[in-house]
Amino acid sequence: MSVLEVKDLVTKFYTLDGVVHAVNGVSFDLEEGETLAIVGESGSGKSVTMMSLLGLIPTPPGKIESGEAIFTTPEGSRDLLQMSVHDLRDVRGGQIGFVFQDPISTLNPILTIGEQIAETLTKHLSITREQARQRTIKLLSSVGIPDPELRYKSYPFQFSGGMRQRVVIAIAISCTPKIIIADEPTTALDVTVQAQIVELFRRLREDLGVAVIWITHDLGVVAGLADRVLVMYGGRVAEIAQVDDLYESPQHPYTVGLLGALPRIDARESRRLVSIQGSPPDLLIPLEHCPFAWRCEYAFERCWEEIPPLIPVAVRHQAACFYNLEEGRPRDVQ
Amino acid sequence: MQRYFLTRVGQSLLLLIGVLVLVFFLVRITGDPARLMMPREASAAAVEAFREEMGFNRPLLVQFGDYFLGVLQGDFGRSLHFKSPALDLVLQRLPATVHLAATAILFAMLVGVPLGLVGGFNPGSAVDSVGRLLALLGQSIPNFWLGLLLMLLFAVRLGLLPSFGRDEWRSVILPAFVLGLPTMGQLVRLTRSAVLEVRGEDFIRTAHSKGLEPGIIYTKHVLRNVAIPLVSVIGVQFGYMLGGSIIIETVFAWPGIGQLLEQAIGWRDYPLVMAIAVFTSLAVLTINLLTDVAYAVIDPRIRYGH
Repeated sequence: MSVLEVKDLVTKFYTLDGVVHAVNGVSFDLEEGETLAIVGESGSGKSVTMMSLLGLIPTPPGKIESGEAIFTTPEGSRDLLQMSVHDLRDVRGGQIGFVFQDPISTLNPILTIGEQIAETLTKHLSITREQARQRTIKLLSSVGIPDPELRYKSYPFQFSGGMRQRVVIAIAISCTPKIIIADEPTTALDVTVQAQIVELFRRLREDLGVAVIWITHDLGVVAGLADRVLVMYGGRVAEIAQVDDLYESPQHPYTVGLLGALPRIDARESRRLVSIQGSPPDLLIPLEHCPFAWRCEYAFERCWEEIPPLIPVAVRHQAACFYNLEEGRPRDVQ
Repeated sequence: MQRYFLTRVGQSLLLLIGVLVLVFFLVRITGDPARLMMPREASAAAVEAFREEMGFNRPLLVQFGDYFLGVLQGDFGRSLHFKSPALDLVLQRLPATVHLAATAILFAMLVGVPLGLVGGFNPGSAVDSVGRLLALLGQSIPNFWLGLLLMLLFAVRLGLLPSFGRDEWRSVILPAFVLGLPTMGQLVRLTRSAVLEVRGEDFIRTAHSKGLEPGIIYTKHVLRNVAIPLVSVIGVQFGYMLGGSIIIETVFAWPGIGQLLEQAIGWRDYPLVMAIAVFTSLAVLTINLLTDVAYAVIDPRIRYGH
């Protein structure tokens, strides 16, 4: 069963430089307990997509133009994009938890970490302050923070980056959410700490049965953690597939390029890392054709005439590309 | 916290000693202190007698030791003009200056901080525009000129407020307004920019992502962080005002320390000038110390010496 179904999400930013077409019709669904990785380079619309879902983009200049996001819980289904700000606040932190990129700046420097966790609990659950404190201590211990009773009163600056990210994760899981949205949660951390955080996520996912949306540009982390992968490019979905399928038979030239840019530890002979020529599309210009056409070696006339829709290419595998890489010729699609 | 506080007290004491050294030697660096303090037309014999009387003919270090020990015992020397202990004169004028400074800083805070908050939370709104205009005017209008104009309007034309002195409760209104205005302007701008900055911080986005009510986010997460820069500016400005404002106190004939200083300089009453200088430094140091304590209460990073 889908816990979240996003359809044709369009988000624009009305800036002084012009209209930034940040998200241009993104659709995907998220199964209960599933981990979906969203990959793409900076500015591909990964974060804006997620922020839009929970009304966290700054408005103005941001504006959600259209789309729906059906969030399903045992109590029923609701469209997040149609909900009032007031109702959204119950979803944020309560049913959907957030983990952000830089744990140095995502915690308030002058409040104790215990307080920052407990205030989420008292907002969403009808419990006393003392109960919130007890539960916070349990949470701290469940995310692997030693001496949680003592650490309750600590301030963020007394923690290392990895420990802070554990605190942020504790906040995200505090009210046993249905979904955790993790926006590049390991990018700002040391490699060894990254591994610990990924491991923590894996354990929490098992324990809580929570669905995870993991935004990243690290395909290495994705391989070990995700069930499915969604590749974004220029504010659109380029390809979505189960993780093994994506790595074994990528169907979009952009995905191929991304994988070619990855070093492989199991490669038999050394090879040059391939980089994708050119630069991402200027989001100020509304596109009438495939956003990747400029950089694509397979682009033909049709790619310059229409925007490719998501085309089913295999079981649970879709790619927004008119070209059939395996057969080396254009696809037969309407 | 204790260590932090004791360090700050120690630093303040060192600074105070530095001030004493500076004040003492500045008067002597410029030349013969006896000549400096005596009227120009005084005869050579009179100057010599004065030098003898004040002990200026003794070795410099002996004089300084004498002065330093005196200050430690509360003896700041005797005023040449009033022929009485300089400290008593300063203390006599102190209530008036504290009255004026406290009213001015209170006015600056009560008007400046709310205006800055409204502006920071609603940039571009009507209140924000008014606040920014007031801030600009407050910081750029010369206060002696504004003082005179307000005196003309409210005292001379309208007869609503007294134009000078400290005889009734309304007397403080005009001088405190003029004295507090630049600080008010500074507080509007500082509060506004601090609110805007803190609102853009990642941890505010986190607070929103936790589903907290805006009221809680503003008071608990934004305001406390905004208070940190405000405390330092309010402290510095208040300390500065406690030293007495020469211009404002002179324009409004306010019987405070600033006015006394202006008179003491005119009379070449150097022992009194020195006493006021040391006392003013003491006031600034004390307020700075209190500011540091307030800092530590608000910001745990300072409390734990991070």
